[in-house]
Amino acid sequence: MNRFDYVRPSTVAEAVQALGSDPAARFIAGGTNLIDLMKYDVERPGKLIDITRLPLAEIEERDGGLRIGALVTNATLAYDARIRERYPLLADAILAGASAQLRNAASTGGNLLQRTRCYYFYDTATPCNKREPGSGCSAIGGVNRIHAILGTSGHCIATHPSDMCVALAALEAVVQVSGPQGDRAIPFAEFHRLPGDEPSRDTNLAAGEIIVAIDLPAKGFAGHHTYLKLRDRLSYAFALVSVAAALELDGQTIRTARLALGGVAHKPWRNTQAEALLQGKPATRETFKAAADLILREAKPQSTNGFKIELARRAIVRGLEQAAAGTPQSQSDKRIQ
Amino acid sequence: MTVQFSPAAGRDRFVGSAISRVDGPAKVTGLAKYAGEFAAPDLAYGVVVSSAVAKGSIRGIDASAAEAVPGVIKVITHENRPATSDKPEDYQDAVAPPGAPFQALATNRIVFSGQPVALVVAEDFETARYAASLVRVDYGVVAPRTELSAQVPEAYDPPMKRAGIKPPPEPWGDAETAFDAAEIRVNGQYRMADEHHNPMEPHASTVVVEKDGTYTVYDKIQGVSNTHDYIASAFDLKPEQVRVLNPYLGGGFGSGLRPQYQLFLAMLAARDLGRSVRVTLTRDQMWSFTYRSEALQTVSLGADRSGKLTALKHDAVQGTSAYEDYQEVVVNWSGVLYDCDNVKLTYSLAKLDTPTPGDMRAPGAVTGVYAIETAMDELAYATGQDPIQLRLTNYTESDPTEEKPFGSKALKACFQEGAERFGWSRRNPQPRSMREGRELVGWGMATGIWESMMMQSSAHAVLTADGRLEVGNQTGDIGTGTYTILTQIAADTLGLPLDHVTTKLGDTNLAQAPVAGGSWTAASSGTAVMKACRDIAEQAFKLARGMDNSPLANVDFERVVFTGGRIEVAGDPAKSVALSEILKATGTEKLGATGEAAPDKDFAKQYEAYTHSAIFVEVKIDEELGVVRCTRVVSAIAAGKILNPKTARSQILGGVVMGIGSALHEESMLDHRIGRFMNHNLGEYHVPVHADIHDIDVIFVDEEDKANPLGVKGLGEIGIVGVAAAISNAVFHATGKRIRHLPITPDKIVTEG
Amino acid sequence: MLIDSGSPGAVGTIGITLTINGERRELQVAPWTTLLDLLRERLDLTGTKKGCDHGQCGACTVLVNGTRINSCLTLAVMKDGAEITTVEGLAGLTQREGKNSLHPIQEAFVEHDAFQCGYCTPGQLCSSVGLMNEGYAKTRDEIREAMSGNICRCGAYTNIVDAIEEVMHQGDAR
Repeated sequence: MNRFDYVRPSTVAEAVQALGSDPAARFIAGGTNLIDLMKYDVERPGKLIDITRLPLAEIEERDGGLRIGALVTNATLAYDARIRERYPLLADAILAGASAQLRNAASTGGNLLQRTRCYYFYDTATPCNKREPGSGCSAIGGVNRIHAILGTSGHCIATHPSDMCVALAALEAVVQVSGPQGDRAIPFAEFHRLPGDEPSRDTNLAAGEIIVAIDLPAKGFAGHHTYLKLRDRLSYAFALVSVAAALELDGQTIRTARLALGGVAHKPWRNTQAEALLQGKPATRETFKAAADLILREAKPQSTNGFKIELARRAIVRGLEQAAAGTPQSQSDKRIQ
Repeated sequence: MTVQFSPAAGRDRFVGSAISRVDGPAKVTGLAKYAGEFAAPDLAYGVVVSSAVAKGSIRGIDASAAEAVPGVIKVITHENRPATSDKPEDYQDAVAPPGAPFQALATNRIVFSGQPVALVVAEDFETARYAASLVRVDYGVVAPRTELSAQVPEAYDPPMKRAGIKPPPEPWGDAETAFDAAEIRVNGQYRMADEHHNPMEPHASTVVVEKDGTYTVYDKIQGVSNTHDYIASAFDLKPEQVRVLNPYLGGGFGSGLRPQYQLFLAMLAARDLGRSVRVTLTRDQMWSFTYRSEALQTVSLGADRSGKLTALKHDAVQGTSAYEDYQEVVVNWSGVLYDCDNVKLTYSLAKLDTPTPGDMRAPGAVTGVYAIETAMDELAYATGQDPIQLRLTNYTESDPTEEKPFGSKALKACFQEGAERFGWSRRNPQPRSMREGRELVGWGMATGIWESMMMQSSAHAVLTADGRLEVGNQTGDIGTGTYTILTQIAADTLGLPLDHVTTKLGDTNLAQAPVAGGSWTAASSGTAVMKACRDIAEQAFKLARGMDNSPLANVDFERVVFTGGRIEVAGDPAKSVALSEILKATGTEKLGATGEAAPDKDFAKQYEAYTHSAIFVEVKIDEELGVVRCTRVVSAIAAGKILNPKTARSQILGGVVMGIGSALHEESMLDHRIGRFMNHNLGEYHVPVHADIHDIDVIFVDEEDKANPLGVKGLGEIGIVGVAAAISNAVFHATGKRIRHLPITPDKIVTEG
Repeated sequence: MLIDSGSPGAVGTIGITLTINGERRELQVAPWTTLLDLLRERLDLTGTKKGCDHGQCGACTVLVNGTRINSCLTLAVMKDGAEITTVEGLAGLTQREGKNSLHPIQEAFVEHDAFQCGYCTPGQLCSSVGLMNEGYAKTRDEIREAMSGNICRCGAYTNIVDAIEEVMHQGDAR
């Protein structure tokens, strides 16, 4: 871990000012990913701005939905009665990720800014375009069974590791940010980026900006939802593939569908065409398969992750089945519904 | 003289009872100290810089930025490394395989990825770590060989055999012809992944420089004598200049059998700087030495329609390093387990540019038994036999590879009791026939086997006038319960309450004992402690008889019992005298004795000694999504006398859990382009977590064995052997898919079969 | 209030106050010192273990204001003012209530042989207490899931869950 300056502001304005235009400065809240990366010398900040004392730890009612302060911990969020009742998909996704200890420390804002778990990104002994732009992508042709199958580029095939973000994508959350130019709202779908030719940028957060809150729209899909996560062991592992599915049904007909995938792309993967395809159709396995096929039509395997395409196809179908049946996947009983 | 257990006490009170660990309170309060936790007033911290490449050379190394950091004491590289012994054999530790052991910072040559290339020593840990990140190394890179399958054409029979490792026996009969002629044939190739031990405690060494210039070394080692002798020879020190301690070891599983490079580096820096140094490896650096190397195995079985084996061939090619010929027993188990007239067992090595593989819990057996026991399941299906019946059909009461009977073999009882507890008779053998909701249910079984060994070992015992006893030796308690069982044995032999006995381990000032490994510690150290205590019993008895008005006058030793801290006449408790009283009355400050234990040569001439097990497993599988859950395990163990059912059960539980990991999760993934294990952390190398582990039922079947006076056969390894095969067989029963490549991760269920 | 450690790169230390196992301590720490390294290397509280140093094993679990976290991923300076309980202080939690010398969960771990080498044990213990403080996990499945952030390579998992269940039920009985 390198040496750095440490500041602890007490207001958002102070925090934004402390960050200024310093590219080597980083905000720190839970620290569960940043300190991890600093110990590997992947992150070498010149200054850490401890934002844990900012007044951003509340969950408030807003426009029929909820505003979640950026410093609300993952655990507080997952166990909040309003979240469990109105946005159980979000609660389940959070509880599918990490461990109790990490969720107790990790913040909502920080969860959005988690960096990929790509082995090569983490290992400074190897080239990586995300860590060191222009050095090359070692994962292409390397050990890549956990890597992306959608939205990859010739520069990067990393995935976004968050579970919570997959649910937030499906729920069409809005990210509230504050910066030197003032405040702005970023729709969730536009928050994270695909790697393209600039994989070092994970998000569209502008220089100097801080996440202050996440807004959940009123619609929470509490009736028909699931978060289905498939991984190499039954807990405490990142997703090979995960599915956040949320439906509104008229009898057996789908009125609204939301579907987001984790573990398959550089960002939580949504395909609005597939959601449109589901709309108005009967909630049957055939319908779900058609949506899965549409989503995976553009999937591209790497040398050792081809299985993910078929696994994602099946997970989408099962996730939609679980949502339609109103039997969301339990995060503690590991039998898959 | 044949020494039977506890002749003095005449009754077992603690031995055989489920006593809680005597070191339990220290471990649950955080007071138990491990190698990297001992303090010294002048302690400096060393952090290792690891090679980014697997093969080649260091063309240049720039440590100037690191040296410039305030608080950095020294950066040691191959360029400025102080001299140590120049004889390669001085680096051969007690369990080293044939070859020239790796020496850290000896030259600019790189022979494996993650090899230490510098040690940064600083006043505090954070400074050392920061400075280590500033060391710049320029490598000349050569393409590494790390893909075992590509090296098979170069495989060779190791010219020098590793001590204690039996090479495959000469073939008997004509396996080739018999296989070709067999009515039923199965033939399969089996692969396991490379696995890393990953004990929870990372390897660490604290070298304390004492005022008189001697060294006190706290090392993560499974036997302090190995570290001691290695340091003495590598650094050309007199034996008395080094004392090595390791009272607690945070898990070994074989990774702590050999002194590892952090010890060498800590010692190198301490001697050079004349001050105490600690070097603790990072979790990632735990991938830079010793691992369970994968093996490419082929098993061919020929049988008649009844399932009687007519041909058995088992071949394995296993990886080793460029500089040592590590060997383990992989294929012999097939020959020991089954009666067959035509057997051919072959084993060869292939050179890889990785660190030398090493012993990992039941080394060789985990690998080889996985293959033979999966093949036997395939034969069960091919012949239409129940898997247990097939094993009974080919059962042998003697070891075909040595043509000697087993000293004991209660494997049939394991089959019977295990099957009964599991409910095996309710199994529908048809694959895919059992379901529960969406899930396919699979029941599989396998046999496990491990060698029962004993090593030359000694122990001391000291009885003091306050009636308290101290026993101990150099061996380590690596979590196996050695402190507890030795305390039990000592207490029973002298008839003392448990809390009057203190067991000391892991200190070279104590009596000689080998490394803790191979499941030999209970037999070896246990027997030595028992003999030392018996010696004290005899001494105390003699003193007692000489006391004025002794209640034991004219009584023979055979007629007394040691109980409640007293010697009493059997059947006449009124005639007794307290041990403390004996010492006080005779003006004896203390009684001391050393017990020696060694393998019984007569027994070894007549018998072969193995532990056995039968493992029954239930899996539930969501086939569509590739999710395998191991929901139930019954492990029936035949391992002679069980000294402590509580700690013994834990040994088996641990083996089963690691076996589940091996079957379903664990895989160190090499990028062959750069010869580097890429998932070198506990987030991406998956060991089982709480959620993966459900009910595990352990049965110890009755088995009497006479290889040693305690009747114990060892438990550390047997729990894991066969577990992966049982799970793989259960997966076949559930799905009809025969997956011959571990671990069985979701991708394999989804794409294979 | 803006707290500032001074110029980057300088070994400036920052004054913080931590209450560790009931004892209030004024400490000067470098900003890069983790809570884990502070406990182990500065305060000789080596009961808290370093297993991976990256939040992937749980051996470093401590209670901060009663909540379990990974001390390896926590900068000490950021916990200024907090109350820290380590394995060395667990017994104190109940001793203050006039109980036995060990916390019930410590006794249950010994009784159920819920450890072998003992290295993950402090983390498992602190995590168990944290789990019970949270109050969400009740069934065996839920306990297993909620304890999955604590790896035990010796494989004592079933015994650990037995120990936790026993202590939970003692709580029910009270």
